[in-house]
Amino acid sequence: MTTISWITARGLFGRRRFLLLFPLPMLLVLLAAMSRAAGVDPGQWGSPIIYGLGLGVVLPVIALIVGTAVLGSEIDDGTLVHVLTKPLPRWQIVLPKLGVATLVTALTAAIPLYVAGVLANSIRFGLGLAAATAVGALVYSALFLALSLVTRRPVLLGLVYVLIWEGLLGNVVSGTTVLSIQHYVMTVADTIAPTTLLEGRVSLPVAIVMSGVFTIGFTVLAIDRLRSFSVAGETS
Amino acid sequence: MTNVDLDGVSRWYGNVVAVNDVSMSLGTGVTGLLGPNGAGKTTVLHMMAGFLAPSRGTVTLGGEPTWRNPAVYRRLGLVTEREAVYDFLSAYEFVLASARLHGLAQPEAAAQRAIDLVELADAQDRRVGTYSKGMRQRARVAAALVHDPEVLLLDEPFNGMDPRQRMHMMELLHSLGGAGRTILFSSHILEEVEQVSGTVQVIVSGRLAASGDFRTIRRLMTNRPHVFAVQSSDDRRLAVELMGQPSVNGVDIDRDGLTVRAGDYGSFTRALPKIALASGIRVRRLLPSDESLESVFSYLVEA
Repeated sequence: MTTISWITARGLFGRRRFLLLFPLPMLLVLLAAMSRAAGVDPGQWGSPIIYGLGLGVVLPVIALIVGTAVLGSEIDDGTLVHVLTKPLPRWQIVLPKLGVATLVTALTAAIPLYVAGVLANSIRFGLGLAAATAVGALVYSALFLALSLVTRRPVLLGLVYVLIWEGLLGNVVSGTTVLSIQHYVMTVADTIAPTTLLEGRVSLPVAIVMSGVFTIGFTVLAIDRLRSFSVAGETS
Repeated sequence: MTNVDLDGVSRWYGNVVAVNDVSMSLGTGVTGLLGPNGAGKTTVLHMMAGFLAPSRGTVTLGGEPTWRNPAVYRRLGLVTEREAVYDFLSAYEFVLASARLHGLAQPEAAAQRAIDLVELADAQDRRVGTYSKGMRQRARVAAALVHDPEVLLLDEPFNGMDPRQRMHMMELLHSLGGAGRTILFSSHILEEVEQVSGTVQVIVSGRLAASGDFRTIRRLMTNRPHVFAVQSSDDRRLAVELMGQPSVNGVDIDRDGLTVRAGDYGSFTRALPKIALASGIRVRRLLPSDESLESVFSYLVEA
């Protein structure tokens, strides 16, 4: 573990914001377990809970909380200067932070989605969901980490992307799915474990290529923005 | 020896000019960056530290530009004014992390040396979040010094320190400057600058108002009368003799002696012994009373 990853992880788990990560995954598992226990047909509850709540809310919101925190909270409280005054190429700062954000998001979102997938269908479906969630965690984290460097309101902008672009437009205007991480995740999950519960609306090549473009593009953007990171004087 | 050079540097934010055509060269020793609040000190410091691009001009450290050049941090240490520290780490962990990020060969030894240097060893294992303001400041100084930088920039370093800590920090800066480091610290408190450094860069309204030893700067201000406190064996007679001198603008007399306002520093200091000798008056005390940094500074700000 690099020193940057260590500081990032300590910072992430040392702040109360971290507690925000748990209610949504717990709700997801609880709803899936209750539906299963009540003997409701998975065709009835699988899609709204896994797609509507799991991939539509739990994954992107956790990625938003974590992705904007790994760099954004250090920008907000000024501690980032301690890392920036080191002779490190800026990619050596961005990549470990992206790694921590991806890992934490993937673990927090993939485990409940795996459980929900198993309860709704099969272990294979659960594993497919978990793997697709890990891919989604990487792409979302790259996006939200870059947002924390390009805007002072990364959480607001991230919510606009998740709720308006993916949540609203993604279901109304079919063309927007090409720029929707949620739909890449669905396609990957549907490819690994095809079911009637999830249906990918973009092709697998598009999902793979666009995931790569999002991840690399936003990571390169973050590295470049960090190179030109300015600190405004408080008394100047 | 590593110089920090600013050449024709300006920085503006929209229509607001924060720093206007500043050129300066900082060599070894301690230099005070002095100016009233809002003069542009922090902007200058941030440009030197590579945290702000100059809108015009160049800022270099040892000949290399500081903007978008992380390699300069091998030779540069920075202590910002904002007292942000990782509250969840102990001071030792914090300084050790800095040593590791610098890629030092023996990070543990370097961290311990830096902590000892700022006298924080007793509290080094406590979380920084539990520290007083002065202790946090010392932890940040230790982190900035851990790689033994050739250049150290400090923005208002004495903020929040008690008198003893302040004295210790002043001694530390003195010794680092004496050891051939280039130290620049900003302050709006004149006594601090006067005690730590004779060399100042004075910034007023974004412009470099004066640069160099503040006593020399004062002497070069020929349009300001120089004020001297004089005590002699016969103050009243000396006052009469002095008023006959073209270099003397005025003399006040009171119980403590004479206050002489001289228009020309050199002519007055040459004339006084001659007058005293010719009149048989013994001069007991001659003190320039407005060579303090405070008077230099107030003259510059008023100018």
